[in-house]
Amino acid sequence: MASMIGSKVERKEDKKFLTGKGRYTADINLHNQLHAVFIRSPHARAKIKGIDTSKAKKAAGVVDVLTGKDMQDDKIGGLIAGWKIVSKDGTDMKCPAHPPLATDSVNYVGDHIALVVAETLQEAKDAADLVKVDYKVLKAVASTAEAMNSDVIHEGIEKNLCFDWELGDKAKTDEAFSSAEKVVEMDILNNRLVPNAMEPRASIGDYNSSSEELTLYTTSQNPHLSRLVMSAFNAVHPEHKFRVIAPDVGGGFGSKIYPYSEDVIMAWAAKRLQRPVKWVCERTESFLSDCHGRDHITKCSVALKNDGTVTGLKVDTIANLGGYASLFATVTPTYLYGPLVLGLYNIPTAYCNVKAVYTNTAPVDAYRGAGRPEATYLIERIMDKAAKELGMDRAEFRKKNFIKQFPHQQCLVHNIDSGDYDAHFDKALNLADYSGFEKRKAESAAKGKLRGIGFSTYIEACGIAPSAAVMSLGAGVGLWESAEIRFNPTGNISVFTGTHSHGQSHDTTFAQIVADKLGVPMENIELVHGDTDKGPFGMGTYGSRSLAVGGTAIAKACDKIVEKGKAVAANMLEAKADEIEFKDGEFIVPNTNKKKTIGEIAFACYLPGTYGEIKSPLPEGMEPGLKETAFYDPVNFSFPAGSHICEVEVDPTTGETKVDTYTCVDDFGNLINPMIVEGQIHGGLAQGIGQALYENAYYDETGQLVTASYMDYCMPRADNFPEFRIDYTCTPATSNPLGVKGCGEAGAIASPPAVMNAVVDAIGTEVTMPATAEKVWKALKEKSKSAKKAA
Amino acid sequence: MKQFNFHEAKSVKEAVKAASKNSAFLSGGQTLIPSMKLRLSSFSDVINVKNIKDLQGIKVSGKSVKIGAATKHAEVASSKDVKKAIPALAALAGGIGDMQVRNKGTLGGSIANNDPSACYPSACIALNAVIHTSNRKIDAEKFFKGMFETALKKDELVTAVEFTIPEKSAYIKIPNPASRYALVGVFLAKYKKETICAVTGAQPVVFRSKEIEKALNNNFDPNSLNDLNLKSNEMNADIHASAEYRASLVVTAAQKAVINCK
Ligand SMILES: Cc1cc2nc3c(=O)[nH]c(=O)nc-3n(C[C@H](O)[C@H](O)[C@H](O)COP(=O)(O)OP(=O)(O)OC[C@H]3O[C@@H](n4cnc5c(N)ncnc54)[C@H](O)[C@@H]3O)c2cc1C
Repeated sequence: MASMIGSKVERKEDKKFLTGKGRYTADINLHNQLHAVFIRSPHARAKIKGIDTSKAKKAAGVVDVLTGKDMQDDKIGGLIAGWKIVSKDGTDMKCPAHPPLATDSVNYVGDHIALVVAETLQEAKDAADLVKVDYKVLKAVASTAEAMNSDVIHEGIEKNLCFDWELGDKAKTDEAFSSAEKVVEMDILNNRLVPNAMEPRASIGDYNSSSEELTLYTTSQNPHLSRLVMSAFNAVHPEHKFRVIAPDVGGGFGSKIYPYSEDVIMAWAAKRLQRPVKWVCERTESFLSDCHGRDHITKCSVALKNDGTVTGLKVDTIANLGGYASLFATVTPTYLYGPLVLGLYNIPTAYCNVKAVYTNTAPVDAYRGAGRPEATYLIERIMDKAAKELGMDRAEFRKKNFIKQFPHQQCLVHNIDSGDYDAHFDKALNLADYSGFEKRKAESAAKGKLRGIGFSTYIEACGIAPSAAVMSLGAGVGLWESAEIRFNPTGNISVFTGTHSHGQSHDTTFAQIVADKLGVPMENIELVHGDTDKGPFGMGTYGSRSLAVGGTAIAKACDKIVEKGKAVAANMLEAKADEIEFKDGEFIVPNTNKKKTIGEIAFACYLPGTYGEIKSPLPEGMEPGLKETAFYDPVNFSFPAGSHICEVEVDPTTGETKVDTYTCVDDFGNLINPMIVEGQIHGGLAQGIGQALYENAYYDETGQLVTASYMDYCMPRADNFPEFRIDYTCTPATSNPLGVKGCGEAGAIASPPAVMNAVVDAIGTEVTMPATAEKVWKALKEKSKSAKKAA
Repeated sequence: MKQFNFHEAKSVKEAVKAASKNSAFLSGGQTLIPSMKLRLSSFSDVINVKNIKDLQGIKVSGKSVKIGAATKHAEVASSKDVKKAIPALAALAGGIGDMQVRNKGTLGGSIANNDPSACYPSACIALNAVIHTSNRKIDAEKFFKGMFETALKKDELVTAVEFTIPEKSAYIKIPNPASRYALVGVFLAKYKKETICAVTGAQPVVFRSKEIEKALNNNFDPNSLNDLNLKSNEMNADIHASAEYRASLVVTAAQKAVINCK
């Protein structure tokens, strides 16, 4: 049988998605269901003096109008930050109370105040206009840079500072800088982004008063964890009587990893009102209330020798958390960020300081790449600047500082198991025809265009798990993954995973692993995920972890199946278990014609008849059935790396940047399905190029989100991109038996600096993300003004 | 969306009769429906006009192209007659929104709405259009009054727009990167005696740039605009473009229009 692993198998899920048969939360309608709409704060910061729901409660079709007071009465807990960060002075991070429905204050536009529940959506909306909220509007804190010098938003949290965290050896790094032959400094701005999943969030609570079971249908990347948090912290319902179902989910990019206020509220409201309650987010509501991404201001510097050796790195970052600390908000700008600022370079010492601040903006949390794009952006931008200031070729300068030997213990946290950075960079330089760049630049110049080239050689820490590692870094729980392989008596297989697919094509990739491992055709394998009542507890999908951790758990469960199968086959074929060979779905006694297919074994395991002459196929004492569970907790993260090269052409008359070519050579370790990997790269690149050139969540000084619709928030379109040139190198990961590293975030991590380095190379002056046409036009104007002055 | 009465008008007369203070004509619905869904507007009566026979069709006579108000952008874009008579007008229609929008949105709806960044108003001005309504004819110069404001009365229906055929013309749109409406759009029409340069997107309402017209009437060459600095104090400013940038884009777009004039 041809190996499935490594082949471009067509996606099993395409048929339903391409024919409109996906079943998303909004598609689900339950008998007797009510509809809910939220009253949200129009102000960025205000005290709530009173909420008058009396008129709305009397409106046609209205069943109830619920407020924070009702939640308090029912003792529903607030939302939590799940990862404890300790400040450099030894104090714990400071997190404000975060009630699902505000009780006395609101802290961003879109913050939740009340819920109108009615028989129809129309009636709920009409009644929502009748709810009167009496606000005392306060001056908003909207600026990341100014947050520490502004009014205190949450009582007792001085300077609006959640934590002041550090990583690395400060004294040693200071020493590297004082003995440096050259120091290059840079200010970096990482713009704020709205995740913009194609499917807006939605949830439906459904309470069964007979069984006292509560079901929540929701748009989650992580249903098990959502249930755990809602049971343990929000006290919505005990875990064993609480079922969370995340059916088809149309993208998350991190913004759906954790339960939101709306999830807690729908679950609680359904229980309180004893009827199903449904809420579906509208697009502008989604702009306002989904957690945003990035939003860092950074000062960084590198210490250098004149020969181009980097001898130290210093990073000082202010990270905006928004109005509250969301579930993964505190780990994103710390442990997912700080260790990665070293990039893939051999830097002997570094120091990273991060101050996380509250502002009156939507909460900021993990977004595709989470911390690693921010780290990659700063190191790749400053490496470019350093090369230019040293007068070195930017490619040569990078290569000089690459880590060359593996495993490599970095000076901050990570121990990188494998890689070959010259290999992917050389391949990318070749593919991008770096040597022909000057010629292309001259051709562009002849057309009146400015051409630039930019590199981004990156590394990321993926396969987010190692319990020991993450807990030593402050995680509230360990991270691992589960799988269950359940053979059905007729020989087909249900595979349960604790990860969740919402665009990652797990149905196909994971089935390929099982098909190879067990020799069963793809069509006989069904992946089951997204329902806490079906599979074992798991940790969901984010941090490019599903394959490296979840896929490995599946492979391990397959191994256990084979092991049991061998024992059964040996018994049936009258051989010894350790003699039996398993290949292409058959258990064989070598050098004989004796064999059993895995289907026959499954059947025998479930129907082990024994009577009189008929001997049981199972060895004595063996339990019937063919079902195995495995939990996998890897020994280390995985470290995908790669080289991205972008060429842009800028029209100086309008400032418009066109991405002319984009080349990437990535090392994701072994690839299970190269077509799916390519799709993941495309999506990541679209988001990364979007961040570099188009996207920006912009709050004005009063804390209003100006870019709250697609009329103002610029999403990249297909015609903004060239045909991507994609290739790979491979150094298998040693931290998991599949040798895979993860590919889901690479595009978004690597591309912003590649694009920005190209833009800056083209125009010869600095510009911040997004490099919109007007910004570039202005930068060019400034440049020619100062050139004129100098002349 | 709030509740309303729906009327399917079969004739101009019926549509006008159904109109009231609190009604709206519905054509392609590309602007009206979203604003109703977002509850930014609501009406007691919505009168569908897009199936009225008299509002359909494209007619080319010697001097003009007359297009029915309910004609969709996609129809204008693909019309052989329009492409031959005024290629820039077909190109303008083909550059509006996306395929879905072009298959729904109509000429009448566009000009009645008079969005400051809509494309058609610039064509109306540059092509000396006459707007035919249910009870009169209005010169384009007098039709576009201000931001989202036209000379139309509440119960007055646009029935057709008659464009004059120029010697050559071009439309250059510099799109707003987010919405892809015109950040700045320049419709340039060259006639025997004069050149008209109509600009959309840059000010609250479409206008003629007399400075550009003067320079091009002098010498119809992109380089004659090289040193032209338009005053930015009357230009729109928003998060997508400052007034100064818009002023510069108008000149850049006009230069490209001269080069593309066909
Ligand atoms: C995503 C998107 C992108 C777009 N991009 C562009 C663009 O790039 N350039 C551009 O120019 N436009 C653009 N548009 C606007 C679009 O081209 C439509 O022309 C516009 O929305 C209005 O036309 P409609 O036929 O849909 O009118 P409707 O939405 O039906 O009506 C609009 C208004 O006109 C009134 N009205 C309609 N017909 C008549 C009539 N015959 N007489 C009197 N009043 C009438 C209605 O009562 C309403 O007030 C875009 C729209 C969308 C949704």
